[in-house]
Amino acid sequence: MNTTDRLQWVSEVEAIRDRQDQSAFAALFQHFAPRVKAYLIKTGSAPDVAEEVTQDVMATLWRKAGMFDPGKASVSTWVFTIARNRRIDIVRRNRRPEPEDLPWGPEAEPDADDVLSLQEETERLGAALRSLPDKQRTLVEHAYFGELSHSEIAEETGLPLGTIKSRIRLALDRLRHEMR
Amino acid sequence: MTGTIKHHLTDAVLISYSAGTLPEAFDLVVATHVSLCDECRARMHAFDAVGGELLEHAEETALAPDAFAATLRQIEAQPVSPPPPPRAAPGVLPAPLRAYVGGDLGSVAWRRVGGGVSDAVLDVEGEATVRLLRIPGGVAVPDHGHSGCEMTLVLQGAFSDEIDRFGRGDVEVADDALQHKPVAEPGPDCICLAATEAPLQFSGILPRLAQRVFRI
Repeated sequence: MNTTDRLQWVSEVEAIRDRQDQSAFAALFQHFAPRVKAYLIKTGSAPDVAEEVTQDVMATLWRKAGMFDPGKASVSTWVFTIARNRRIDIVRRNRRPEPEDLPWGPEAEPDADDVLSLQEETERLGAALRSLPDKQRTLVEHAYFGELSHSEIAEETGLPLGTIKSRIRLALDRLRHEMR
Repeated sequence: MTGTIKHHLTDAVLISYSAGTLPEAFDLVVATHVSLCDECRARMHAFDAVGGELLEHAEETALAPDAFAATLRQIEAQPVSPPPPPRAAPGVLPAPLRAYVGGDLGSVAWRRVGGGVSDAVLDVEGEATVRLLRIPGGVAVPDHGHSGCEMTLVLQGAFSDEIDRFGRGDVEVADDALQHKPVAEPGPDCICLAATEAPLQFSGILPRLAQRVFRI
């Protein structure tokens, strides 16, 4: 997936938000639902539960389209967080603790440069992940697919997160400054 | 506030939070710290992006033939998400912690555990426990080591141990190697959120008796 593809997914989410566009939703469903189902099975769900939860995750995507911020995450990231949260919520009594919402809420119209930069950074992160030495990449996959506890994860993950983190941090700092 | 925090979450803890493999007690400490720390919030988003990329490039499993239609029916039955609850006025305790306490600091049900220290154990599932601790200024928490990981987040006041000073927003992530003796700074009560994987091991006889009685 390249930056153009990522921007396309952002457009599909915006089409749902703005026009309740079902063909946009169909495109998202066709791409992400099978990935979500595979993720749920890999992290321990039985296939029939994975099917049910996947449909629920995709429905959530529709309902929360207005809350997606493309300046902060790619659509893949957003879908991942919805699937991860649902996976935890079905096992626990309480919902997964989440950080307090930022005081300004999702912006009405994120800065176009922010969106492009973030999607590009995510693209680079994906490429860097795939070029990690096998041993490191396997470790990261094990961590995310639930096979490692935090004490089993080495301090040096080798993940090249510096630039994407800085970009997000810059955007946060700017928004806080604008709020004053 | 965010600029004064010097002690942050480790990569290992943030990856596990992002992956959803932390016990609930540690999830709560992470969510509470991130509410106060923009640096760790940005790092959290970066780790979520890793999850997104792994999802993107991992396998696919086919859905049932009528899955899309079934999903549309779910949407028809409930087209929008319930609105989020209104933001509470800012206080000492960030929102994720207020959910477990049932309010801000005034709602905490403190119990005395000896030596001037009070605590309030919070109700979570899983292997790790989490509590609020209140240590009067100048008082030391009795000597204790622990097996497994312990996370201590300062919410009010400050404490110092052999490593450094920890003020509001600072989080100490300690492993079994650390046998430490935090001392609260003189001044307002030091209030911390402390999660631990294993029961604390107190070194002296009296604290051990207290431990049995108070289920620390």
